[in-house]
Amino acid sequence: MIRVVLPAHLRTLARVNGEVKLDVPGTVTQRSVLDALEAQYPVLQGTIRDHVTQQRRAFLRFFACEEDWSNESPDTPLPEAVAAGTEPLLIVGAMAGG
Amino acid sequence: MSSIRVLVGTRKGAFVLTSDGMRSRWDVSGPHFGGWEIYHLKGSPVDPNRLYASQSSSWFGQVIQRSNDGGKTWDSIGNKFLYDGPTGTHLWYDGTPHPWEFARVWHLEPSLTDPDTVYAGVEDAALFRSTDGGQTWQELAGLRTHQSASAWQPGAGGMCLHTILLDPSHPGRIFIAISAAGTFRSDDGGATWRPMNRGLVSEQIPNPTAEVGHCVHRIAMHRSRPNVLFMQKHWDVMRSDDAGESWREVSGNLPTDFGFPIDVHAHEPETIYVVPIKSDSEHYLPEGKLRVYRSRTGGNEWEALTKGLPQSHCYVNVLRDAMAVDSLEPCGVYFGTSGGQVYASADAGDSWNPIVRDLPAVVSVEVQTLT
Repeated sequence: MIRVVLPAHLRTLARVNGEVKLDVPGTVTQRSVLDALEAQYPVLQGTIRDHVTQQRRAFLRFFACEEDWSNESPDTPLPEAVAAGTEPLLIVGAMAGG
Repeated sequence: MSSIRVLVGTRKGAFVLTSDGMRSRWDVSGPHFGGWEIYHLKGSPVDPNRLYASQSSSWFGQVIQRSNDGGKTWDSIGNKFLYDGPTGTHLWYDGTPHPWEFARVWHLEPSLTDPDTVYAGVEDAALFRSTDGGQTWQELAGLRTHQSASAWQPGAGGMCLHTILLDPSHPGRIFIAISAAGTFRSDDGGATWRPMNRGLVSEQIPNPTAEVGHCVHRIAMHRSRPNVLFMQKHWDVMRSDDAGESWREVSGNLPTDFGFPIDVHAHEPETIYVVPIKSDSEHYLPEGKLRVYRSRTGGNEWEALTKGLPQSHCYVNVLRDAMAVDSLEPCGVYFGTSGGQVYASADAGDSWNPIVRDLPAVVSVEVQTLT
C-alpha cells in the first residue's frame, strides 16, 4: 500500500484522519499516486493539480524521503521506499509566511 | 413566526447567523470551512434550505459546497469550471493579450424557479450554470466570446464577474457585471449578450464613455420593478429606468460616490442604500465614520444613517457582496465589514446593532427570510 500524507485542509475536505493508504497499480509515480488518490477521493480533484493540465498547483509541494520531488516529471518513479510503503509521499502546502 | 438566516462569507470561513423575527438575539454558527476564503454563499429562493457556497484557497483552488439542511451539514460538489471552447485572450495589465484563466467563483446565484439550477460568476470573467445541483457546470460562453471581450481588462482585484441578477418578470433575462468591463444583459437565457453601459462616464479609462471597460462594482434591482436598476460604480452611483439601456447619475449629495455595495429596500423600490468610502486610493470610510446612506427618492437625495454605528476612528470597508436586506416588516438591512463586524438594522436603517464584532474580514452577506 502506498502511504500519502495530505495537508490539513485536504484531510478535512476528504474527511480522513491521518495517512491515506492507496492501491497503486504499476509503476509508482506522482501521476499514478494522484490518479489513485483522486479515484478514491473524487472531492480532491482539482485541489492538488489542475483539472485540465494536470500540473501541480503552484503552492503545493511533493516531498518523499526528505527530498523535494515537486519539480520532477510526474512520470518519474518515486523512491523505492515510497513504492514499498515504508515511507509516505507528503503533499505539503507552501508556508504562507508574513 | 418568521425567522432570519444571515449567511456570511469571510476570508477564513463561513458563518451562519440566525434569529427569530424580532432580530434582536442571534445564534452564531461557524466557522464552516475554517481557513478557506468564502467569497459567497446563497440560498435557493425555491428551497431555502438548499444553500450553495464558494470555497477557495490560493493553495487548493476552488471547491463548491452545498447544503440541503440550511447550513447544518455540507457536501462538496462539482468544482470543474472549464471554459467552453478556445479560451481566447483579454487584455492584461500591461496591455498585452492574456489567455483566460479560471481563478475562483465570486458569486453564486440560485435560480428563481429551480433549486437545482444555479449560476456562478467567475474570475477570469465568465458565467457558468449548473442544472444538477452543482454537480456539473457548463459555461454560457456567449458572454466570454462577445466581440468586445478581447478588450476587457482586469481591475486591481482581478477580472471578476461579481454580480448576477435574474429578472423575475422576463424569463431568460439576466444582468451581469464585470470589473472592469461593465454591465451586460442577456434576453435569451445567457446565449447572447449586449453591453449595457450607455451613460456611464469613467475618467479612469482612455475613452470615458466607451461601450465597455467600466469598473461596475455592483448593481441591484427590486423584484417588483426589474426595469429599474441601481449601480454603484467605481465612482458614481447610477440609475437605469430602462433595464440597463441607459444610465444617469444619482450620486446627489453623497459625501463621496465611491463605494462597493448597493441594495434596495424589500418593500420600497425607491429606497436604496450605499456605504460610501473615501476614494479609489483610500479604501476606508471618510472621516472615520461608519455611515450607511439611504435615499428614499431613488437617488440624488441621501441621508446618513449613523445610530448605533461607530462615528470615530473607524476605517473599515464594506465589499460589494456584503450588504443584503430581509423581507420582514419593517425591512431589515445587513452588512459586513473588512473589520469582521456584521451589523443589522431591524428598522430599515434607522438604527443598527452588531450581530458579531470580531469575525475574519467579511466578503459577503446574504439574508434569508424564513417562514
